[in-house]
Amino acid sequence: MLSSLITGGVTASAALEPCVKLEGLNHWYGSGSNRRQVIQGVDLTINPGEVVLLTGPSGCGKTTLLTLVGALRQVMEGSVRVFGLELNGSSRGERQQLRRAIGMIFQGHNLLRCLSAEQNVQMGADLLPGLGYRARRDLAREWLRAVGLDDHLGKLPHDLSGGQKQRVAIARALAAQPRLLLADEPTAALDSRTGREVVDLLKGLARNQACAVLMVTHDPRILDIADRVVRMEDGRLIDGGLGERLWGADRLPDGGPAAVES
Amino acid sequence: MSGLWQNRRIPLAWLLLTRQPARLAVALAGIAFAGILMFMQLGFRDGLFDASVTIHKLFDADLVLMSPRTMSSIGMAGFPRRRLVQAMADPAVVGTTPVHWNLLLWRNPETRRTRSILTIGFEPGDPLFTDPSLRQKAHVLNQEGRVLFDERSRPEFGPIGSWFRQGRKVETEVAGKRVRVGGLVALGPSFGADGNMLTSSETFLRLMPNTPPGSIELGLIRLQNGSDPLLVAERLRQKLPDDVAVYTKQGFEEFEKNYWRSSTAIGFIFTLGAAMGFIVGCVIVYQILYSDVSDHLPEYATLMAMGYPLTTLLGVVAREGLLLAVLGYLPAWFAGQGLYALVRHGTKLPVEMNSERSVLVFALILAMCMGSAAMAMRKLADADPAEIF
Repeated sequence: MLSSLITGGVTASAALEPCVKLEGLNHWYGSGSNRRQVIQGVDLTINPGEVVLLTGPSGCGKTTLLTLVGALRQVMEGSVRVFGLELNGSSRGERQQLRRAIGMIFQGHNLLRCLSAEQNVQMGADLLPGLGYRARRDLAREWLRAVGLDDHLGKLPHDLSGGQKQRVAIARALAAQPRLLLADEPTAALDSRTGREVVDLLKGLARNQACAVLMVTHDPRILDIADRVVRMEDGRLIDGGLGERLWGADRLPDGGPAAVES
Repeated sequence: MSGLWQNRRIPLAWLLLTRQPARLAVALAGIAFAGILMFMQLGFRDGLFDASVTIHKLFDADLVLMSPRTMSSIGMAGFPRRRLVQAMADPAVVGTTPVHWNLLLWRNPETRRTRSILTIGFEPGDPLFTDPSLRQKAHVLNQEGRVLFDERSRPEFGPIGSWFRQGRKVETEVAGKRVRVGGLVALGPSFGADGNMLTSSETFLRLMPNTPPGSIELGLIRLQNGSDPLLVAERLRQKLPDDVAVYTKQGFEEFEKNYWRSSTAIGFIFTLGAAMGFIVGCVIVYQILYSDVSDHLPEYATLMAMGYPLTTLLGVVAREGLLLAVLGYLPAWFAGQGLYALVRHGTKLPVEMNSERSVLVFALILAMCMGSAAMAMRKLADADPAEIF
């Protein structure tokens, strides 16, 4: 099953299955008297091609939720199913394999400092099986062109601005042709125009490749790209994770932009 | 081939190493230093062992008789010369050469200072060395008091070679008696003797009048073509009394080398020196690789988060170790060549860069770098992909 995920094959049944299904998810940090629950009974379903924005105050557990869905952390209690694979009790190898089908865009760009923009993106493309070197390089160039950096291919990260670095990181995540994209404030370092372009790109990917997107954001300017906005507080999802459906409506989440941290 | 080209990956290990050229240069200097240290120590050690048999190798002999009391070339004991005559009774033996061997005091004719010189006495008509040029020169030894001086001897013996070639009459004292240089030979010094000279048995006995009559230090035995030296040696051991030991020529050389290897601390010291170089190199490479892995931990964690397996990252560190080994070895090898030439020039010791030592030092540097890489890899366990969000 994992191999079909990685090669990008989408079977009819897989397309019908939710990408992500969380049930009764609890998570703690620390131990003894310092033990603190950061995720409390979270239920959430994300379907293929769906763009879900996750908002909420700092420290409410958004990033922890993202790392649990991204198979970066061992699940403590509850169920996390990603592409049908139960992560609670999964092995390190299974999680590592699963991560190949998940694109991640980090708050810090986390580019490899010794690699050029093109090489950084190619590290994402290198995860795709069956492609030769030239094809992977061309794919990297295409994605850099898509994020508007086709004239910065050979530049090292320290020669790029913060926004450019973030765009390279986005291109790197997309180059691996993920079926689930997890993003932690991807537009935080981008100006409004570039931010808009990037989120439109993400949404286009989601539509075209049945790629689901779970994005943590505080940026009220991009809420309109979401199919659903889910708000989190104190480790719990408001509205049981159903969130606000924005399709065909101009409504913003409860409280509007003022309720979203800037 | 094109498949390999198509499947190639970004050379991450190389790019990680070369991102900080100054640190790479320091690393390579450290590895090269360790390599040079190992080259020099092993070179000295092997040079010592090789030099200890400089003369042994030259003898025209299949078998060699020695006194069982002999410990090494610097302490040769005598045995009865008639053992050689007895050895002639074996049908495989076609010729013998009795040899006197001792360290005597040579007086530098320029500075008047004395120094030990290995003196070899033989019958000028008998074959001594495989080098045929000696036979042409040996006739001068028929005159009493004449010697053939080894022009490769250390300069402390005086400018004998240049004086002789200028046509000057070169005379000096050996063991307090006057000798005259009748010619030059090229043999080479050893750890046991800084210089050598050849003379006739008659002159040798004049220089060493206390030598017991009929006593010699070495007996060279030549065998018929096609004879098995091991078989003949075994036969002679059974026939000859216990006051003589029989060696093949290779056994004779090994006997001498073993003395220096085991009976003295020299072999141990040089091996320890090489081991020190190895350890110093390990520490340097480990420091470099450990700090490199620590510096790039967030990047390694990012790669893990992207789905790269830990084995891929371990491979990157291993390739860094391999690159450091190759890049550090090359300057060490070239510097070793230069330093060997310097040592040869300064000490006349046969310290040469041979393929065996080149491979050994490379293997040691490789083990050093890969071992250090393996230890640095433990740091990779700290790369937690969950921490990078």
